Amino acid sequence: MRDFVSKRARAIPPSGIRKFFDIAQTMEDVISLGVGEPDFVTPWCVCEASIYSIEQGSTAYTSNKGTPRLRDSLSRYLDTRFSTRYDPEEEIIVTCGVSEAVDVAIRTVVDPGDEVLVAEPCYVSYNPCVSLAGGIPVPVLCRAEDEFRLTADALAESITPRTKALIANFPNNPTGGVMQEADWHAIADLLVDHDLLLISDEVYAELTYDGDHFSPARIPELRDRTITLNGFSKAFAMTGWRIGYLCAPPEITAAALKIHQYVALCAPVMGQIAAYEALRNGEDEKDAMVREYRLRRNLFVDGLNKLGLTCHVPKGAFYAFPSVESTGMTDVEFAEGLLREQHVAVVPGSALGPSGAGHVRCAYAVSRDDLKEALSRMGTFLGSIK
Amino acid sequence: MDEKDRILLQELEENCRTPLSELAVLAEMSEEDVKERISRLEAAGAVRRYGAVVDWERAGDGKVTAVIELKVSPERDFGYGRIAARLARFPQVRSLRLMTGAYDLQLLVTGPSMHEIARFVSEQIAPMDRIRETATHIIMRTYKENGTTFAEREEAERLPYSF
Repeated sequence: MRDFVSKRARAIPPSGIRKFFDIAQTMEDVISLGVGEPDFVTPWCVCEASIYSIEQGSTAYTSNKGTPRLRDSLSRYLDTRFSTRYDPEEEIIVTCGVSEAVDVAIRTVVDPGDEVLVAEPCYVSYNPCVSLAGGIPVPVLCRAEDEFRLTADALAESITPRTKALIANFPNNPTGGVMQEADWHAIADLLVDHDLLLISDEVYAELTYDGDHFSPARIPELRDRTITLNGFSKAFAMTGWRIGYLCAPPEITAAALKIHQYVALCAPVMGQIAAYEALRNGEDEKDAMVREYRLRRNLFVDGLNKLGLTCHVPKGAFYAFPSVESTGMTDVEFAEGLLREQHVAVVPGSALGPSGAGHVRCAYAVSRDDLKEALSRMGTFLGSIK
Repeated sequence: MDEKDRILLQELEENCRTPLSELAVLAEMSEEDVKERISRLEAAGAVRRYGAVVDWERAGDGKVTAVIELKVSPERDFGYGRIAARLARFPQVRSLRLMTGAYDLQLLVTGPSMHEIARFVSEQIAPMDRIRETATHIIMRTYKENGTTFAEREEAERLPYSF
């Protein structure tokens, strides 16, 4: 029999955490700081609205773009919350999580041979999605000394005549880095000068702790060359519902809709009803969760720095990204040792891009008791290797 | 009250045994400042008391708690104030509120037995001047108290790793 697996599928590298996953599966008492999702359960009003809708028989396909009332409320939400204006009819598509939106956005704009700049370290799906679309992912490194912001200098170095787009995710997974308005203005000039498109994954926008999130589509020159991606998973603790959305000017949205409708048809209706309820009545609980993340961040980052694991104060998302350089170990050695000996799961930074090497990603979306226990176990681990 | 006060009050309400050093880290301020703010909040009466949420049934000392509704004739010049002050002095009365609706005062009363609560209401509360009517509702089971759920809940399973 032939090998039926395509060259494309074969070329996708295996997950950088598979090995860790397997080790963790054998342990009973793992404290996992390895999960990129909130530990909170979805606000009850959201669950309840969705349960009720199922009881009422709302179980059918929706419009490909998503239900009109969800798009309407998304449009209002984006305006009030982030000062970005998107027309609910022509500029918003509700997707199966931001994951699908990433893939659809990339396939909408990338031709074979196009170079796509990817701000690293970053979430793992951008590079494979670019490759699957026939594009060439080109890393742009964000560095610890810049608090993991994307700088115009780093960007300028990587632009070539074949560059088509930039993918950026701020607040950032895994670093917790954010971009302020001024940071984006410097990037905007380059994008305009070189006629590039921006894919801005803002799924952690609500999780911004010092100051407000700045959405790059607010910059008038960027507005029509930006695809803004966002979703409900992180802000409203709704990872399992799979609801994200893509916002872009009408021509791009129309093209994206063709891909979305053939790939997914529509996002799950239960999730869309839940998302609508989250926007309508979930804000207080969302705010309470965000306040709690901030307190956890303070507690955890303080603890890391006291242990000698240098960590800048992440201003967004729910990840701390300490350096493990002081231990003399690589990030993979550190993560593996910590898991094997102290049963604490963290993600080695190098699994999230070359500039993540020497760091580990710790999700502080776990209870404060677990964070304290994790810090204490990390202390024991560090003591044992000296 | 500012954001820092709110953080401190919420922390204390959740767990009043949180050490000062931890409060300082959480609220992004010095221990001295935390101390000073807490003293100020205590002095202002924003913090009334430090206590534990006790599940007496689980602790092995099942007490009986009842919600008692009172219809009261208010007094000229004093309204409900004086009668409320009298009622509040009984140690059995754990909380006391003036309500809108079909009755006036609501009491939460705790006693060692149903019999004892019945005696307290009929002999000590009902005969008081200006109390026109009482209705006693025994609490059968508490599911949630002051934001804390008493029932055990299964934790949903989460993956150990995800990007």
